[in-house]
Amino acid sequence: MARLLCDGTVELNGGVSVYSYGSAVGKMEGDGPLGACFDYIAKGAELGKETWEQAESTFQQYAFEIALKKGSFIKDDISFIFAGDLLNQCTGSAYGLRDTSLPFFGVYGACSTMAESLSLASLFADMRLGEYSAAITSSHFCSAERQFRFPINYGGVRTPTAQWTATASGCCIVGAADKPPFVKSFTTGKITDMGVKDANNMGAAMAGAAYDTIKRHFINTKTTLADYDAVFTGDLGQVGSDTLKELFERDNISIEGKHEDCGLMLYDREKQDVHAGGSGCGCSASVLCGHILPMIEKGELHRVLFAATGALMSTTSVQQGESIPGISHLLELSDN
Amino acid sequence: MDMIMEYVWAFLVGGTLCAIGQLLIDLTKLTPARILVIYVISGVVLGALGLYQPLVDFAGAGASVPLTGFGNLLAQGMKKAVERDGFLGIFTGGFTACSAGVTAAMVFGLICAVVFKRTDRTRQE
Amino acid sequence: MKGDVILNVSKKEYESIYQKHSGKSKLYITIPKAFAIGGFICCIGEFFTNMYLYMGFDAEKAAAYTSITLVLLSALFTGFGLYERIAKHAGAGTLVPITGFANAVVSPALEFHTEGLVLGTAAKMFVIAGPVIVYGIFSAFVYGIVLVIIKAFGG
Repeated sequence: MARLLCDGTVELNGGVSVYSYGSAVGKMEGDGPLGACFDYIAKGAELGKETWEQAESTFQQYAFEIALKKGSFIKDDISFIFAGDLLNQCTGSAYGLRDTSLPFFGVYGACSTMAESLSLASLFADMRLGEYSAAITSSHFCSAERQFRFPINYGGVRTPTAQWTATASGCCIVGAADKPPFVKSFTTGKITDMGVKDANNMGAAMAGAAYDTIKRHFINTKTTLADYDAVFTGDLGQVGSDTLKELFERDNISIEGKHEDCGLMLYDREKQDVHAGGSGCGCSASVLCGHILPMIEKGELHRVLFAATGALMSTTSVQQGESIPGISHLLELSDN
Repeated sequence: MDMIMEYVWAFLVGGTLCAIGQLLIDLTKLTPARILVIYVISGVVLGALGLYQPLVDFAGAGASVPLTGFGNLLAQGMKKAVERDGFLGIFTGGFTACSAGVTAAMVFGLICAVVFKRTDRTRQE
Repeated sequence: MKGDVILNVSKKEYESIYQKHSGKSKLYITIPKAFAIGGFICCIGEFFTNMYLYMGFDAEKAAAYTSITLVLLSALFTGFGLYERIAKHAGAGTLVPITGFANAVVSPALEFHTEGLVLGTAAKMFVIAGPVIVYGIFSAFVYGIVLVIIKAFGG
């Protein structure tokens, strides 16, 4: 039965397993360093759809179908779906999953949504509410670009701190089972506003939140960095990762060598023009489902923290001069 | 020789106006839209003060193609309209002056929207 | 304990940390590129102006036809997805010339076609370039008022 340890950290002891998982990515992500890990790599970002939004929904649909297939599930084995994306009113998920006719929770945590939805799905599994629950998120470069920035063909200039929204989706199906990877606990993020106002510097806006959640998890679970094989952050990119490193250095903790960022892992920044790194709900989701979970399942990683990060802003709030609050939700994953 | 110098000056003056814009992008937090607004207003002010037209006469397209030239065009058009129509010119001068460029952009924009398919920028070949 | 401050750093201190890690544009690359490509676009303009003058148009008409030609070229480049590729390198070099204005009109027209020709293409057409027209026309309007006043009192 799930138990609240302290200040947002929930311990799960019902043997919650990420039983099956799937990832679907675009061409650029497939060309990146993790290309070989993904279950489905599209030839482009369009998937033959009329609109970018439809394409994003289709990526999400594919990720869900792949995860079902890999776990030998049929659709009706799933009791609840927790899904989210970056599009206004979460339409990426709503349209991607409307044909499932399954109980659906739409969740929003910006780019941290994968960790948020997986936390909730794991909690449901721990409480034995239904047999299996699915956590799905997606993002799409083109649909995000036209909503948050400029039209695709506009020659606007990207600053060096800007990040590239990943065209990707990931799906985790969790339930009580005796098969790693297991979800041991999760720490819920707090809205952390460090006063960053530059919408082209999301990594900086989110690094404070990542630090807060990771540190809080250490305190609440009475563990230290040494207890973990690796700490994966969602999409801090180069700026956020370096900032996080320095924040930990102030505590005399060196995260170097243990910390990896999904936004930096997904692309080859030398060859691919993504500036400070990848971002988006699909970034951490696809790296989790394509790279991190398989490594735990194979026993190459034993105990890891997965801290997805999100920037809780809108184009309106940025234009109105508000600073950008960040949030980071964390899951502790282990192979035993 | 005159012909070549004409292009050299167009290149140098036009290039300089663009380089100033790049400095604004890199050193300030100004967004592209704001920079364009600054350029067009500067063009109107310089044109109104009679400072921009000499540059156009000297550098040709080097001064008229950047958006400051667009502003200058508005100022010159306004001057002409007020001379011709007096008070009414205040209301007609601006749009009359920039009508060619704006109409072209509008019409070609509409045609392009119908003719072209959106491009997939994630294919970074 | 619940509610304890975990991140013990002031916003000011935090800013100095992330600013240190925020990459800056390499001016020695961006400025020459903007200069060269912007200058080149102006030379194309100069070429067309000369061509139209040669065809017998007066200076004013030649300038107007040049604008129209550059706008057309920019629209085509935008439609084929090439303008953005050049702009990635050129920065302000493709932003400041009138081709940049055309790109700002054509790209949303194309992009928002999926929301229909009225509420998408037409309504969103000036979403980027609109401010240029509004403030351009407004500042010319102010200049017009000044001219009328001067005319009334001085002229």
